[in-house]
Amino acid sequence: MNTPLRKVGVAMLAMVALLLVNTTYVQFVKADDYRTDGRNQRVLLEEYSRQRGQIVAAENGQVLAGVEPANDKYQFTRTYPNGPMYAPVTGYYSIIYGATGIELAMDEVLNGSDPRLLVRRLSDMVTGRDPRGGNVQLTMRPSVQEAAYKAMTGKGFHGSVVALDPKTGDILAMVSTPSYDPNRLATHNSKEVRSAWAELTDKNGDKPMLNRAIRETYPPGSTFKLVTTAAALENGAGPDTPVTRAANVQLPGTSNTDLENFAHQPCPGGTLKDALAYSCNTAFAELADQLGADKLRETATNFGIGQQDLSVPMPVAASGLGDLSSSAKLYQSGIGQRDVRLTPLQDALLSATVANGGVTMKPQLVKALLAPDLTPMEEFTPEELTGDPALSAANAEVLKDMMLASEDNTKGGGKRSGLEIASKTGTAEHGVNEKQTPPHAWYTAFAPADDPQIAVAVIVESGGDRGLAATGGSVAASIGRATINAAVGGG
Amino acid sequence: MSQPAADPQLGQFSTNPPRELPTRRGTELALLAFAAFIVTCAFVLVEANQEQELTWSIFWYGAAYLGIFSVAHLAVRRWAPYADPLILPCVALLNGMGLVMIYRIDLALAEQAQQTGEPFTPDAPKQVLWTVISLALFLAVLILISDHRTLTRYAYTLGLVGIVALSLPAVLPRSLSEVNGAKVWLKFGFFSIQPGEFAKIALMIFFASFLVSKRDLFTVAGKRVLGVELPRARDLGPILIAAMACLGILVFEKDLGTALLFFGIVLVMLYVATERVIWVVVGLGMFAVGGIIAYNLFGHVQQRVANWLDPLSTYDDPGGGYQIAQGLFGLGTGGMGGTGLGSGRPEMVPAANTDFITAALGEELGLIGLSAILLLYLLLAMRGMRSALAVRDTFGKLLGGGLSFAIVMQLFVIVGGVTKLIPMTGVTTPFLSRGGSSLLANYILIALLLRISDAARRPAAPSKPRPQQQAPLAEAHTVMVQRPEGMGGPGEGRGQ
Repeated sequence: MNTPLRKVGVAMLAMVALLLVNTTYVQFVKADDYRTDGRNQRVLLEEYSRQRGQIVAAENGQVLAGVEPANDKYQFTRTYPNGPMYAPVTGYYSIIYGATGIELAMDEVLNGSDPRLLVRRLSDMVTGRDPRGGNVQLTMRPSVQEAAYKAMTGKGFHGSVVALDPKTGDILAMVSTPSYDPNRLATHNSKEVRSAWAELTDKNGDKPMLNRAIRETYPPGSTFKLVTTAAALENGAGPDTPVTRAANVQLPGTSNTDLENFAHQPCPGGTLKDALAYSCNTAFAELADQLGADKLRETATNFGIGQQDLSVPMPVAASGLGDLSSSAKLYQSGIGQRDVRLTPLQDALLSATVANGGVTMKPQLVKALLAPDLTPMEEFTPEELTGDPALSAANAEVLKDMMLASEDNTKGGGKRSGLEIASKTGTAEHGVNEKQTPPHAWYTAFAPADDPQIAVAVIVESGGDRGLAATGGSVAASIGRATINAAVGGG
Repeated sequence: MSQPAADPQLGQFSTNPPRELPTRRGTELALLAFAAFIVTCAFVLVEANQEQELTWSIFWYGAAYLGIFSVAHLAVRRWAPYADPLILPCVALLNGMGLVMIYRIDLALAEQAQQTGEPFTPDAPKQVLWTVISLALFLAVLILISDHRTLTRYAYTLGLVGIVALSLPAVLPRSLSEVNGAKVWLKFGFFSIQPGEFAKIALMIFFASFLVSKRDLFTVAGKRVLGVELPRARDLGPILIAAMACLGILVFEKDLGTALLFFGIVLVMLYVATERVIWVVVGLGMFAVGGIIAYNLFGHVQQRVANWLDPLSTYDDPGGGYQIAQGLFGLGTGGMGGTGLGSGRPEMVPAANTDFITAALGEELGLIGLSAILLLYLLLAMRGMRSALAVRDTFGKLLGGGLSFAIVMQLFVIVGGVTKLIPMTGVTTPFLSRGGSSLLANYILIALLLRISDAARRPAAPSKPRPQQQAPLAEAHTVMVQRPEGMGGPGEGRGQ
């Protein structure tokens, strides 16, 4: 009986050898295929349990997104000390729903997989320290952001404020209201995360997770007259060029459709400068038509309007002029209505460009990448956004003077003596029944006029607290001035 | 592995005063201590990597583990002193690693439960309890069965019990026999048991006894067909019974793994008893035919085969390859060196602490660790096989061989399934998987193996000490006489 027993013994040996060979095949030969399969969540979870880098502001190094140790398998919880205020910038970082904002755009640096962190990762491996992600330093100035955010939420406005450094394109503030608390999505309690998600994505809700500053486009209304004026100046007009003072004009090609000035008033002055100072619609409608679609579009393009692939590094929705194929369309588009749509960021770029002598700087949120030990790895240098200046330095100076006059005629609180602001307001009709829908209130400005340090754009959706009576001056201007004051007003 | 004096022949035919055969119990104790050391390290690693505070649970698990195997060791020392010294340490290490992994998966599941707010009861304490109960049974078997040959007296009873136990879940209503879709259980209120695990051993005893008593019949040749001697039709009886039983399990309990396991064991025992390969050929032929029929008849068999061929493509199907794919993801992520104990995500595989515990170990210990565990099983089974070779009675040989093969066969079925070598079928991984029935049955198996190995290595008892029977002086070897040291050594007083 021993012979067959020995043979069974050999068979047992063969069976285990077969298992060993197959296990080697699975764990050695095919290991990478299985490891990197999209349905294998382990790699993802591994990343989630690494110490993620911080998102910090330029000013004071204030932490906008940090980590706290957690007593669960993920080891760290993402925390947002001022969640709702910075949510449009930081975005959220959720185990279930992924990430948005800077969290998504700079994910490779933050999670430590960026090639620039490779050397440090290797040294961490050698020294046995847990790998950590790099930090991202933003261009944000918390004092400006806070002023803008409080001004918007103080009155419960829906809308956005964007502030830029006109010389560098650095985004100093980016507010979108209503906002949300990304901490609710970052918690590891999946039940809470899911209920928060359901609430924040509710179709009938206020879309708090929509970043209105860069992901939403609005009709810019009269703030677009800056583009029309710039185009006119570039094409031979001057501040004293005479323009129509008519209270209303008939749209070419129509029998009874009028385009009228605000409150049906004739324009108080007859020059281009007066027309901008008093925001006379008829003058700009005619001006746009005289310029023609090509010249208007060229200047708009040089302001950055129509650029499809802008990212700050979050992707920015493209602004655009729409169809300009007839005089009637040019009339309406020249005053920022019809199909003209700008993001609040683009609207801020209008002022910033004038402030920067006609050159549009590429807006940028990331100032520097820092290694886990906070030593700089890479700093971003300012770049121009478009190839050509939107207008010459001389014309920019002219337009600045016109904007100073506009500011003088603009009501609303927050004016401070000793600070010269150059601005333009806008009151944009929208909706299906535009005369019965409260308009969007706009304000775009830069200051100080002689040494611009900040350019802002404010939009308050649908009239804010004034309803149908809202204007850019009465609703949006005070918010813009508060933002400017926080940046330059000795505070 | 070196055991110069392990050969029982030496004691039996020695013409000289029998040398004191080393029992190697010291070796066993040392190896047990080594196993305990490895398990303790594994435990500490889990705790460290899971960032658990050092709690008393470590102490209790450690103390329970040490206690259990100290008692087992003492029992072996007392009741089976010549037993193979490697078997118990192998079992201790496997059982310990199983406990560590079950505890580790508990931690992960507790966290999941905490997040979803569901109640959670850990499995590790239950498994410790089962280990203690298993040990009690182990002791009982070791004490009650002082000679494995006495089992032949109860062979037919055990055979009947085995058949009844095996078929009971199939006959009983679902409410009494189904847990998580597997109709292989007997439920008594809060307590449930898988009778198939015990039937396996009972039937092996029956088959060993039956085959030994009838083995002459099987060696009689039947007709020659094409130059091959076929067995006589009436001798096909046992193999037909086994085939029918397997088919029954397959049809009524949908338990492919157990069917495969039984068929393999019966075939091997038949082959060992008759020493004729033709039985294996006939058996495999029948299995192939049965498999083809089953594949065409049953949807779940087809699904299993589809999942086996490409688990990634049936990933999202209900009853599809999700589980196997997750297991493979885990194994792949572990790679060569593993993620480290407590640092992987073994809980992502469904049934990680039962059927897929080898996937969990493979993920955290890597190819290296999983290979070590497979080799540990091989070592265990080979020591059993060695005992079967050495034992003097045919029943012991057949039973020992069957028990040893059963370990490897079960390992092959489950690990082969997990690693996509063969279609996945649910059987437990001996000593590693969570679950009481499997542990109880496998400890009985080990007790029987120890008993057989004890018989194999035990020197022939000088039952009738007749010194006259010593070899004539002319044929006697010269013997080195130990010099008496103090109180006298083994050779004292004998002299020349």
